[in-house]
Amino acid sequence: MASTEIARQAGEGARAVPLAGHVGFDSMPDQLVNKSVNHGFCFNILCVGETGLGKSTLMDTLFNTKFEGEPTQHNQPGVTLKSNTYELQESNVRLKLTVVNTVGFGDQINKEQSYKSIVEFIDAQFEAYLQEELKIKRTLHSYHDTRIHACLYFIAPTGHSLKSLDLVTMKKLDSKVNIIPIIAKSDAISKSELAKFKIKITSELVSNGVQIYQFPTDDESVAEINSTMNSHLPFAVVGSTEEVKIGNKMVKARQYPWGTVQVENENHCDFVKLREMLIRVNMEDLREQTHTRHYELYRRCKLEEMGFKDTDPDCKPFSLQETYEAKRNEFMGELQKKEEEMRQMFVQRVKEKEAELKEAEKELHEKFDRLKKLHQDEKKKVEDKRKSLDDELNTFKQKKTAAELLLNQAQQAGGSTTLKREKERKN
Amino acid sequence: MGDDTYFTHGPEVISSYSGMTMSEAVMPDAVVSTPMGGLYGEKVGGPVVDFSYVGIDAILEQMRRKAMKQGFELNIMVVGQSGLGKSTLMNTLFKSKVSRKSVLATAQEKIPKTIEIKSISHDIEEKGVRMKLTVIDTPGFGDQINNENCWQPIMKFINDQYEAYLQEEININRKKRIPDSRVHCCIYFIPPTGHCLRPLDVEFMRRLSKVVNIVPVIAKADTLTLEERDFFKKKIREELRANGIDVYPQKEFDEDAEDRMINEKIREMIPFAVVGSDQEYQVNGRRLLGRKTKWGTIEVENIAHCEFAYLRDLLIRTHMQNIKDITSSIHYEMYRVRRLNENNSVVAHANGIPEHHLAAHEM
Repeated sequence: MASTEIARQAGEGARAVPLAGHVGFDSMPDQLVNKSVNHGFCFNILCVGETGLGKSTLMDTLFNTKFEGEPTQHNQPGVTLKSNTYELQESNVRLKLTVVNTVGFGDQINKEQSYKSIVEFIDAQFEAYLQEELKIKRTLHSYHDTRIHACLYFIAPTGHSLKSLDLVTMKKLDSKVNIIPIIAKSDAISKSELAKFKIKITSELVSNGVQIYQFPTDDESVAEINSTMNSHLPFAVVGSTEEVKIGNKMVKARQYPWGTVQVENENHCDFVKLREMLIRVNMEDLREQTHTRHYELYRRCKLEEMGFKDTDPDCKPFSLQETYEAKRNEFMGELQKKEEEMRQMFVQRVKEKEAELKEAEKELHEKFDRLKKLHQDEKKKVEDKRKSLDDELNTFKQKKTAAELLLNQAQQAGGSTTLKREKERKN
Repeated sequence: MGDDTYFTHGPEVISSYSGMTMSEAVMPDAVVSTPMGGLYGEKVGGPVVDFSYVGIDAILEQMRRKAMKQGFELNIMVVGQSGLGKSTLMNTLFKSKVSRKSVLATAQEKIPKTIEIKSISHDIEEKGVRMKLTVIDTPGFGDQINNENCWQPIMKFINDQYEAYLQEEININRKKRIPDSRVHCCIYFIPPTGHCLRPLDVEFMRRLSKVVNIVPVIAKADTLTLEERDFFKKKIREELRANGIDVYPQKEFDEDAEDRMINEKIREMIPFAVVGSDQEYQVNGRRLLGRKTKWGTIEVENIAHCEFAYLRDLLIRTHMQNIKDITSSIHYEMYRVRRLNENNSVVAHANGIPEHHLAAHEM
């Protein structure tokens, strides 16, 4: 029997070895990129903000397409999330973009529950991924990832400070998703007010401990640009899908009687910065953060909540197994108890129903008897009446015959008198 | 044999971000052209086309940057009888002293009494791409008089690596990047008898092709003439087919018509007849790796002489990512399914998979 000896060079780890010639594995990133291109990418954005802040318009402007739908009404009873998936393609890159909109956010009179449906939605996406990961037969690499990668939080351009609804919602969301706050419809604020507004917002976020997404600064090639952008947060954007002729070009802009706000002009608004950061520089990082930070946090909490623990190394799958079994037995026990209860309740109900039915039956019988009696009484009465009528009839008949007899007698007598009279006449 | 006729750009694209003005659109189009037009082609045919440039394809650049920063890992196992040139081939493949012999300076080369599994890691870098290469050597394989079950330690090792990865994955507090020690590819050395596969070869490959990607090569192919080589290869292919052994690239994992076409060409060449050498000689005014004999010099990288270049291209330049993908998404998943099922058949019921559908692979 062969025995094995697995030896790793102790204390050396991996040694750096110089190459004597060109090997060719510098094509690895290309192979990786090609595989991803063949596979396609997916990116999910959640837009949170009050109705009428220009969320749909901004999405249209960002991705240069007309997405869908009419603006929603303001009379929604609660916050619902509507998600739409689009397939975009640019050169050879296919992107499955999912835009999730919060419908009715901030429209209710009592807004205490507004954030709940958003949090539930985000959790549901994590849950779906977790379920897929825990399956025995799983297809992770062809799984359509619906976890939210970026959350654009639209702040109303009041110019003063954040609303309390905004603070509460952002606080609830910051540990679940990458939040990028933006000031919507920022052409309503003048430049000086805008600077003050931004400072106020950032200080409020910091003082309330809200963790918004920071663009990564650890990679030298993008560190510089990302750190400058970090200082411009939150971005003040303007969205527009209409084109206006400026000079000799058609640009996306909003036209007012007093001037035109150009969307892609850096002096007018931060739209270009947002697009740059969101799509062109950090899309991959957003996806990675979602997977390694937010999803892992969710997974850890969920598994711990379910009762799993990381015990000592030599019984890990077994502890998963044991806890699972224990939970399962517990669950089955509960189920059985519930079943018993239900069965008893059922039996009781049946008894009650039977009793009721019996009662009803008895009543019916009584009624029947009563009716019968009534009927008999009636019958008797009728019989009596008939009898009396018969008697009357009889007496009448008797009287009639008696009368007839008398009449006959009288007639005879009268006849004889007529005879007598006739005789007398004859005589 | 050209060096890098396939890939035309390297890390210089990364610098395009510093110092560009924001108002003009960043144009990665020139940067992220499809580098492998020949092999992978372009898969076009999406539904909605944009009107003006958004910048979605910049994600390719972001991915590339991330990959370069993280580096890559590759674990190759070499299996074969001693004296077949395994270590030399490894050194030739990676153009450096990566083999066990170069690292472990043993006084004398003793054939071990039992099979040992020795794995050594190296950090190599080329044009900014860092790779952690682990070469797993199996001295003693097939060297005993009684070679029964000599594949078992190897299978155990491979399964142990899967197990380690599974443990990390199941953890509640997981590492950001789980270290990948799974064997991606196993190069099996066939001695150049010229006749057919030996029973040991068949047995080993039959069992191991189910858990790992096997690439069979004919070792020391300079002892065969071209006709003998072709005949040998044909014989081997027939025997592999007859025994139902699926070596890399496996037919069932071809993704689409393009892949199938490319892989068919490779399958027609398997097993590669290779010659390894880490010594350079002067040939026609150039210094080339080769073996010098009285009757001529065998150039290792000359495809007229041997098929080393094809093997290198397959393993490193074109199919490395694919090899790793098949290991992680197919072999590892199969192991995981088996493992989770043998622990708990109840879970199978919970997932709706009836028991008799679970295939059991014998060790």
